[in-house]
Parts: sequence; structure tokens; C-alpha cells
Amino acid sequence: MSELLKVRDLKRHYEVHVPQGLFGRKASLKAVDGVSFSIEKGKTLGLVGESGCGKSTTAKLVLGLIPATAGSVEFAGTPVTAKHDARWRALRRRMQMIYQDPLGALDRRLPVVTQIGEPFEIHNPEMSRVERTERASGLMNAVGLRPDQAMRYPHELSGGQRQRVVIARALALEPDLLVCDEPVSALDVSIQAQVLNLLDDLRERTGFAALFISHDLKVVRQMSDRVAVMYLGRIVEAGLPEDVFLRPQHPYTKALVSAIPTPARRGKRERIVLEGDPPSPVDVPPGCAFHTRCPIAQPSCRNTVPQLVSSGGHAVACHLVNDGAATAVQAAE
Amino acid sequence: MTLETAPGLEPATPANTSGSVFTAKNRVQAFFEAWPPLVLIALFWIALIAVLVVGAMWIAPYDFMALDLRARLIPPVFMGGSWAHPLGTDELGRDVLSRLIVSIRISMVIAFLSTMIAAVLGVTLGFLAAYFRGRVEQVILMLIDAQAAMPFMIIALAVLAFLGSSLFLFTVLMGFYGWERIARISRGLAISANERGYATAVRDLGATPYRIYSRHILPNIASTLIVSLTLNFPEVILLESGLSFLGLGVQPPMTSLGNMVGYGRDYIQSAPWIMLAPSAAIVLTTLSISILGDWLRDKFDPTLD
Amino acid sequence: MVEYLLMKIFRALVTVTLIVSAAFVVLRLSGDPAIIILGPEAPPEAFEAFRRNWGLDQPIWVQYLKYFAAVFQGDLGVSMRDGRSALEVVSERIPLTLAITLPALFLKLCIGLPAGVTAALYRNSWVDRLIMMLSVAGFTVPSFVLGLVLAMVFAVWLGWLPSGGSDTWAHAVLPTVTMGLVGAAVIARFTRSAMLEVLGQPYIRTASAKGLLWRDVVRTHALPNAAIPTLTIIGFLVGSLVAGAVVVESVFSWPGVGRLLVNAVANRDLAVVQVILLLVGLTMVGANLAVDILYGMVDPRLRIKRLKAGS
Repeated sequence: MSELLKVRDLKRHYEVHVPQGLFGRKASLKAVDGVSFSIEKGKTLGLVGESGCGKSTTAKLVLGLIPATAGSVEFAGTPVTAKHDARWRALRRRMQMIYQDPLGALDRRLPVVTQIGEPFEIHNPEMSRVERTERASGLMNAVGLRPDQAMRYPHELSGGQRQRVVIARALALEPDLLVCDEPVSALDVSIQAQVLNLLDDLRERTGFAALFISHDLKVVRQMSDRVAVMYLGRIVEAGLPEDVFLRPQHPYTKALVSAIPTPARRGKRERIVLEGDPPSPVDVPPGCAFHTRCPIAQPSCRNTVPQLVSSGGHAVACHLVNDGAATAVQAAE
Repeated sequence: MTLETAPGLEPATPANTSGSVFTAKNRVQAFFEAWPPLVLIALFWIALIAVLVVGAMWIAPYDFMALDLRARLIPPVFMGGSWAHPLGTDELGRDVLSRLIVSIRISMVIAFLSTMIAAVLGVTLGFLAAYFRGRVEQVILMLIDAQAAMPFMIIALAVLAFLGSSLFLFTVLMGFYGWERIARISRGLAISANERGYATAVRDLGATPYRIYSRHILPNIASTLIVSLTLNFPEVILLESGLSFLGLGVQPPMTSLGNMVGYGRDYIQSAPWIMLAPSAAIVLTTLSISILGDWLRDKFDPTLD
Repeated sequence: MVEYLLMKIFRALVTVTLIVSAAFVVLRLSGDPAIIILGPEAPPEAFEAFRRNWGLDQPIWVQYLKYFAAVFQGDLGVSMRDGRSALEVVSERIPLTLAITLPALFLKLCIGLPAGVTAALYRNSWVDRLIMMLSVAGFTVPSFVLGLVLAMVFAVWLGWLPSGGSDTWAHAVLPTVTMGLVGAAVIARFTRSAMLEVLGQPYIRTASAKGLLWRDVVRTHALPNAAIPTLTIIGFLVGSLVAGAVVVESVFSWPGVGRLLVNAVANRDLAVVQVILLLVGLTMVGANLAVDILYGMVDPRLRIKRLKAGS
């Protein structure tokens, strides 16, 4: 299988001033701190984690919207840079994004059909106006919008319909990669399912690969071929959805999974409640970033950062899990 | 603009016998709430001025430069003059009404062109600052601060002293009035548009900066810009008439409102109408446009100062 | 605080340098001074001598540096009109301008501040409407029209006051009142919007909700906060005293700096124009600096903000 997107040791640090003393203190906010993953053609990687764990920053880094502090992003064999030049713009044909807030992502002064046709205007300027409108209408149909909604303005549509407009626009040029940043979290629960089904259908039909970001485990599970769990800028566990959600290894994933309300298993599994908030990404705890909230942390967790160690396609970054397994892997090598 | 609103009045006429009086009354009330009388009067005056500007050559009864030494210093019709010269004549027997109409035309055209120059300059620089940020933005902000720190009257006088006055130069010079406010507004609005999703989303589609700014940001901030231009316009009229009054703006034989006041000032005792007619035109016009601008601002953009 | 002040002073110096340089650039842009002063028909030897005398044959940067040195030694050239030092010509007019602009400033503040505060406190009442209508009128009536109308009423019709000249204190009344009324409109409008802004803040509602008398809320919370933005506009008015006097002095033939400027522009007496330009620039910069210092004292937030920004 060919790898469409390859992310290696991606980091994004922000210089910030912390008010302290007379002049404050310079510090670095590690929004994303060494993330690696890859996405195969036509497959979907789900990225889950609490808000502020660096999911959205990862999305922006992958698309080259913001420059990385370190690490690399490779798309179809060529590096993705954040320099917004002609090459960058041309690359937009092949990688697109769906946003959390569809109303914000649409121009409120243009009818939706114009906005859906805009990618053609940008990338195929020679396309005639008639053909453009035809293609846009076709896209509207494909995402389940009625023809009579073509001349509507974004604020005249419902949240779900707006998101359909954004999806239609993103898919206009049939991109190879679609990054979905919390695409349904701003929508009503009843609408969420419709939009997710639509995305699923479209993916089957057009075969784009996707990076699917959400804080909602159910959503990620439904959409993804593989899943990665992020905590404070790092991936702590990754693998097939069944493995990660049914047999979580990392204590953080365990806690997340135990919080999913599932009527069938009620009472069977005890819910793990994490204490406190995640630490500020400015002051990431040394060693394993999770040790401050981990119910089973050992003294050693405070010293060394655990590496993401894979065994049988299921990778975990936890000393307590890996200590046995890791030695086993090393021995095998 | 005013005429379109006229149908709203119809239900209030006595012909409407069908229903209750209250509806009619409420409609009248609603109409005047939507269109305050002061705004209607202002719009009417602006429309009149617009007609005069467009049709000055046909409307003016005399050539504005034509001398008639037999008809010197005739008072206007309401001060004992005749209908031959409704607003009287000046010291050289020139018809004040004709001069007034031509002056209005010249003053308005200068103010309009200057405001357009200020708009283009301000929007361009504001957008450049918003797009490049960093050093370019610092330089533009410094220019804005420098312009705002010096009273424009003094800058204008200095430039006129150094470069002399011609109609073209004068108009361009007036075009530098107010650009810094427009630049500041466009920069702020463009930055916040960039922070809002739609501009970013279009950029993520692969749009060029030119496309983002001209096709998306400009239409989105147009209403605020139009309001601030409406507020800039009367100030340009005041500045132009002030400089022309001092004899440093529009030069004879051309005439402008300020020019006429400056000329009429010497006859303040014997023929005050020469000075009063253009003064009234200046005040009514700037007042009307200010009222309109304030009203537009309250209606469309309460955040603008 | 010290850092904040030093930065402001540094910026003020930069601005002064810019103004001086701008005057130099404009002076050079306006064409060959030899032709302007001697006229295009002068013999070539005269041009040569003129250029050598004034150092115009040297490279432009040498001229620039010499110009700078001269400016800072107070040597600002000679008035082409009467051959005296331009600085002297201008400075003898300054007291006359101050004689009308300072009372006018006082008048502006005395009318404008209370009017603006009253309008804001009684928002949307008839008092507010009246004050705002007068203020809009003050904005839209040009000062030369107001001045001429006042002259017509009080000098021509009533004969109470002289309409032009500067012989007695009575001559100063009309120009002062004209400037005062126009400026008061600006201050009233600005004060009103600053006050409204403050009155809309949550802390005002909190203060009045916790049971303070409204009078005390206004006095202890609203007024001091509204004073901060109002300071800016007052600073600008102080800085533009000369600019504001240009038109009014011409209307009433008051021989101050403003009228001198108009005459100098009309006669293209560049040295005098340049001195006035620098004078206005310096007062503007000085007034801005004073406002900034007052800001620093009135508004403790500014100091903290600076620190947070890390500069």
C-alpha cells in the first residue's frame, strides 16, 4: 500500500510570555511535540484527544497552513511547506479541509452555489461560467442539498446544510486528502449522524483519504480505519479502532474509553475518572506528560519520556505497558 | 433614492378607507421611524445637489463669468431684487445663482474625486498592512501615525507653498485627507476578517491573496467603508472651501464655494448675499451628508466612531 | 514607567527628525531654489554664485547634514520677503496667536466638556439631542462662515465689536469666540462618546447595582475613565492651536502666525513656511508627549500592558 501522507516527528512550539516577576518570562508552548503517523491512500486516520491537546494544530501543520518548528510532512512523496506560494496554492487541489464552524468558513455575502464553484474559478479559470454552475449544482446534489437552495446565503441555511456546502466545496476538485477538523461537533446530535453518513458515502464513492479529528470517540470510531490518541501534543496510543477502543492499553485511553456511555455495558466496567485538568502545554510535566493524572503512575514515569512502541500494529507510549513488551521486541531484534 | 420610498406613504392617504385608522397611523409612524424626517430632508438636499452637479451647464441661467456692469450689486429677490437675478449679482454684475451652481459643481467634484483617492489609497495601504504584517505593517502604521499627528491644514498649506496650486494638484492633495483613517479601518477589518474563518477558508482553497482581498474581504467590509467615506466627504468639502477661501485653493477665474465666500467677504457690509449664498450651500451640504453618514453608521455599523 | 517614558521620548525625537527631513525633501522637490528666487531669466553667473553661496553645488547628503546642523543651531534661513531671519519673523507673531488661541482653548473646554458629559448622562433626552445638534452644526459650519456671520451680526449690524485688526482687546473677542465655538463642538462630541463607552461598561453597572449613588458612580468611576480618551483629543487641540488659527486669523485680519502662514504660502516665502511647519510639528509632538505622560500617570493599566508585551 502506498503512503499518501507521511508525518515524521512533527513539532510546533509557540514562543509565549508568561507573566512572572517584573518582565515576565519567555517560555515555549508545545502545542505539538513530536508526532509521527502516516495515512495510506483512501484510508482514514482518526485523531482523538481532549481540547487543547494539539489536534487542530496537527491538522494545520499537515496542510501546511502554519509552519512546523521541526519535523516533516510529506504528501505523495513531496514535502509540504508553509510558504504560501503558487506551488502551495496548486497543492490545495489535492488536499482540502473541513472546518468545525461552517458558518465562519463561508462568505456571508455570496450565494452558496458561487462558493461551491469557487475552487473551479481558482484552479480552472478557463472553465466557463455555465459549466461551473453545472458542476456546482452536481456537487450540491451529491451532498444532499436541494437545487432551490443554490442562491441562498449561508445564514439562510441550517448548520447541517452549511456543513454540506463546506463539504461540497472541499470535494469540488476531488482531493486525495481531506482533513476534517471536528466537522460535526458544532452540529446538533441528530444532524451529526447525517453529516457523518454523508462523509462516509462520499469517501466510498470518491476514495479520498482523510485525517479525521474529533474529541468524540464514537464519531472517530465510526469514521476511521486507524485511530491515534493524543495527549498534550503527543500520540499516546495508536492502532485499529477495535484494538484501541476495545483493548485500550494506555491508562489515558482507558479513561477515555470508560467515559463513553454505553447502555449495554453499564455496570460491567468501572468508569475511570481522571482528576484535574490537563496541565498547561507551557509547563508540560517532565517524563510521561500524563503522570500527573495517571492513576497507576510509578516514580519512574516522572523521569523518562515513554516512546511509542508498536507491537502487532497497536502502538502505546507507556512505561508500564511497554517495559515488558519493549524488552520482548528488542530481544526479537 | 428618496423617490423609492414614496410608495410607503400611500396607505396614509385618505383614499385608504377600507380599514382602521390605526394601521395607517402605524404605517406612517413606522415609515418615519425607518426614515427620520431629518434624513429625508438631507437626502432631498443631496439629490438636489446631485442634479445641480450633473446639470450645472443647463440649469445655470447665465454664464458664471459673464459680466454685466449695468446690473452690479443687485440684491436677491427676497431683499428687493428681481427675478432676473434670483440671488442677486456681485460687484462685477455676475449672476450669483449661476456662480453658485458652478461653484457647487466644482467643489463637489473635487470633494468626490479626493474622497475616491483617499479611499483607494487608504484601502490599498490598509490591506497591504494586514496582508504583510511585520515590517511593512510597521512602516504603514508609522505613516498613518505621522499623518494623524500633523493637522492636515498645515500639511496642505506647506505643500501648496512649495509646489504652487493647480486644480489637478489641489485635488490630489485633498485626496490625502482622511486616507489614514480609512487605512486604519481597512487594516483592522481585514485583520479581523483574516481571523474569521471565511478568508482563511478561501485561502485554504488555494485562492491568491488578490482574490481573497478583492473578492471576499472587500465586499464584506464595504458597508463600513462606505459609512466612513460618507463621513470623510463633508470634511473634504470644508477643507477645500477653507483653502479656497484663503485664496490658496481653486484659483480664479475658476470658482468654488470657498472662493465665493472669500470674494464676498469684502462686500459683507454692502452686499452680504454674495457671501451668504455660498456659505449656506456649504453648511447645508456638509450638514446633510453628515446627517446621512451618522444615520448610515447607526443603521449599519454601530461600532464605528 | 521609566521605560515607557523613554520610549515615548524616543518616538517623539524620531518624529521631529522625520518632520525636519520631510521639510528638506519637500524643499528640494519643489524645484531649483535658484530659479524660484532669482527667476528663470537671471543670468547664468548669478545662478552659479547663488548655488555656491547656499551650498547647492555640494552632494545632496552634505546639504542634508548641513541643513540639519543649521536647523538645530536655530538657523532657519531668511525670509525672502523682508530679508530678516525667518525665525524672528515667526516668533514675533507667536504672542499674538497665543493671545487668541489660549482663551479659545479655555472656552472650548468650558463649553465642550460639560456639554459632552451632560449629553452622555441624559442620553436620548432632549438635552442630548439639542447638544448633539449644536455639535453637528459646529462640525459642519466652517469656521470662516461662522466668523463672517459673527462679524456681520456683531460688527456690521450691531456695531458692538470691531470686525478686524488687533489694536484693542475688543478685537480679540470675535476670533476667540469663533475658534472656541468650533472647538467646543469637537470636544463635546468626543467627550460624549467617551463617556457613553464608559457608562456601558460592566463595572459601572456593578457599581450602581451595589447601591452607590448614581452621582458617586459618575464621579468616582465614570468621569476618570472617560477622561483618558478625552485627553487625546485635548492634546490634539493643544497641538493644533496654530493650525486652527489659520483661517480665523485671516477672517479677522489678526496678525498672528496663522495669517503669516497664509501670506507666506501666497508669496511662496519658503523659509517662513518651513519655520511654521517645524513650529507646528514641535507643538504637536510636545502635546502628544505630554498626553502620553499624563496617560501613564492616569492609567496604570498602560504600564502593566507594556510589561506584558515585553518591551
